[in-house]
Amino acid sequence: MAVKGWIEVSDTYCKGCELCISACPQGVMELDMARLTPKGYHPAHTFKEGCTGCAICAIVCPDAAITVFRETTKAVPVPA
Amino acid sequence: MATENLVYERPEAFTEMPTHYCPGCTHGVAHRLVAEVLEEMGVVNKTIGVAPVGCAVFAYNYFDTDFVEAPHGRAPAMATGIKRVLPDRVVFTYQGDGDLASIGMGEIVHAAARGENITVIFINNANYGMTGGQMAPTTLPGMKTTSSPNGRDVETQGYPIKMSEMLSTLEGTGYCVRRSLHDPKNIRLAKKAIRTAFETQVRGLGFAMVELLSTCPTNWGMTPVNSLKFVEEHMIPAFPLGDYKISDAIKQIKI
Amino acid sequence: MPKELWKGNEAIAEAAVRAGLEAYFGYPITPQTEILEFLSRRMPELGRSFVQAESELGAINMVYGAACTGVRVMSSSSSPGVSLMMEGLSYIAGTEIPAVLVNVMRGGPGLGNIAPAQSDYNQAVRGGGHGDYPRIVLAPASVQEAIDLMGLSFDLAEKYRMITMVILDGSVGQMMEPAEMPALKEIHRKGFDWATDGAMNRERRILSSIYLNPYDEEKTNLRLLKRWKDVQASEVRYKEYFLEDAKYIVIGFGTAGRVALSAVREARAQGIKVGLLRPITVSPFPHEVLDQLTGQAEAILVTEMNMGQMLDDVLLTVRGRVPVEFYGRPGGVVPFHDEILNEIHRLTSGTLAVRTDPRESWLTRMTAAS
Ligand SMILES: Cc1ncc(C[n+]2csc(CCOP(=O)(O)OP(=O)(O)O)c2C)c(N)n1
Ligand code: SF4
Ligand code: SF4
Ligand code: SF4
Ligand SMILES: [Mg+2]
Repeated sequence: MAVKGWIEVSDTYCKGCELCISACPQGVMELDMARLTPKGYHPAHTFKEGCTGCAICAIVCPDAAITVFRETTKAVPVPA
Repeated sequence: MATENLVYERPEAFTEMPTHYCPGCTHGVAHRLVAEVLEEMGVVNKTIGVAPVGCAVFAYNYFDTDFVEAPHGRAPAMATGIKRVLPDRVVFTYQGDGDLASIGMGEIVHAAARGENITVIFINNANYGMTGGQMAPTTLPGMKTTSSPNGRDVETQGYPIKMSEMLSTLEGTGYCVRRSLHDPKNIRLAKKAIRTAFETQVRGLGFAMVELLSTCPTNWGMTPVNSLKFVEEHMIPAFPLGDYKISDAIKQIKI
Repeated sequence: MPKELWKGNEAIAEAAVRAGLEAYFGYPITPQTEILEFLSRRMPELGRSFVQAESELGAINMVYGAACTGVRVMSSSSSPGVSLMMEGLSYIAGTEIPAVLVNVMRGGPGLGNIAPAQSDYNQAVRGGGHGDYPRIVLAPASVQEAIDLMGLSFDLAEKYRMITMVILDGSVGQMMEPAEMPALKEIHRKGFDWATDGAMNRERRILSSIYLNPYDEEKTNLRLLKRWKDVQASEVRYKEYFLEDAKYIVIGFGTAGRVALSAVREARAQGIKVGLLRPITVSPFPHEVLDQLTGQAEAILVTEMNMGQMLDDVLLTVRGRVPVEFYGRPGGVVPFHDEILNEIHRLTSGTLAVRTDPRESWLTRMTAAS
């Protein structure tokens, strides 16, 4: 089963350039035409399931607007 | 969010200020890679950056390090002055192609020739972005800019200058490579090169420069996505990616 | 310390070293090259930095970078090289950091010649680089004075976060004189609260000359002027010779002042009540003392190795109260003391009028003579 991930896009930084959207291998991103950031851009978001947390969107994002998370499968190490 | 879930977050070596770059401009990607590398190397608090004149003139607003702002083209000279009196600090310049390959040609060549232990991040976007898209020394033959409206005519305006190739001929250059920021794979390679360029400095192995093929969607008159395609289809053939010089000592560096 | 025989340029270099110079960046140009050559040996010997830059542009920007870290740093050059450095000087001024620049002036404009001249007074005193900025300019007339002023130049640059220029001409640079050097002190970095030396245990710092908002830039300009007022109030320096009862005042700086002193001495021997004012800080100019002297003077003679640059500062102070005459030798010519003595005799003739531009009659006399 594919790993499950998710992203958060910061309204402070996103400029709606669409680079993440065209790079996302899962095709799960688009601009959110229903919202505007304070600077007046339509921010990127995931519009459907399927994000794997691969972080490719974050790698191409020129504005460091994306935080990427992934469901952990491994046991969380207990602090010594 | 639980940290064990975290795969990627904005580097801490960045300040909180959003950049002034146009949407989709890969100056931002280059910034991010530098910030990530400084953070990973644990050198943020001993780094002094030198900002250029060009679109990156405000680079000092974005990195959480000491910063100075140089006159147009003179960043390598300023970096030389800083590094010579503070040899244990990490000193880098961040320069555009007009800055580095035109007005600052003298400063960059001699910094490399002296083997100054500095790291240079060189953003080649084939034009003068900040002043509105004039011809740069790196503008492609036939490419239209606001000061070559009929396309760069090589008969009267010459051919693009290939800085990495040029600087690689100098003994003082330890590390000199060209990378591109047009897709995730190349961005990863660019980051590795930037890391090596800073490791070169930390180990005192001479002058290090990473040339990055970068976009200028605004002045190229393209969408950010199409700009990446332009880099791939037109810039890379003119400015081949590759390792132009890696000294033997630097080849030994394991990251 | 006992007196030793020192050559002007080398004395300047060693005096800078003793004042705690940590880095020197320069480019060869006659007649200052001995400073560069001397330091190319001396600085590495002490484990300090020396770089022969690719050009004066490179040199001044290396100075700019090193100055940002708060260490004592300088460059030296001669007229054509200093012209190239004007970009850097303006940036250093706009960034409000200390730096020292020595100009061993030569004949100009253009490539000119390598003979002693004072024709870069305006460039030094009035700015030279773009933008509105004050700078301190010191003008030594002897090797000893050059030594003393080097130490002072760093102190003033740091105190006022400002460029200090030391301007002299090739004859002071090349002359050998007995002089006393201060002791070599150990360097202690001052840890200025503005220096960009790595944000180890503090907030990060930025040094830049950018103020995008015109109101911020205006505020910065006014701050510079306010600081300049402090410099004017506290740092004016000059030498007075035979001025107490003088009815005739000669004014000259550097070598021109030194030659004028011989002429003034001879005139005194002839019973003429003449004295000499020799500004040491040509910027800030000693307006106040000149203003007082104008009250007692019947006529004033300005003598320079240029076409009348300090003359404008004198005219500004005298404001037509008494006749001001000018005698200059531009282009690399050093006046003889008897030429100045002749001028002193002209002053005493009692037939001089207040003129708007004293250069005019000087030019007529100069061109008639040749
Ligand atoms: C001495 C000087 N000349 C010209 C300029 C105007 N100027 C500002 S930015 C720039 C071009 C910068 O282009 P580049 O280095 O390619 O940077 P980019 O904006 O493309 O990243 C020029 C010519 C200046 N600031 N200073
Ligand atoms: S790449 Fe970054 S800035 Fe561009 S749309 Fe995606 S999140 Fe927004
Ligand atoms: S993490 Fe990967 S899959 Fe998820 S949105 Fe980003 S690019 Fe797409
Ligand atoms: S003008 Fe070009 S280089 Fe400058 S920020 Fe905009 S897109 Fe980037
Ligand atoms: Mg450019």
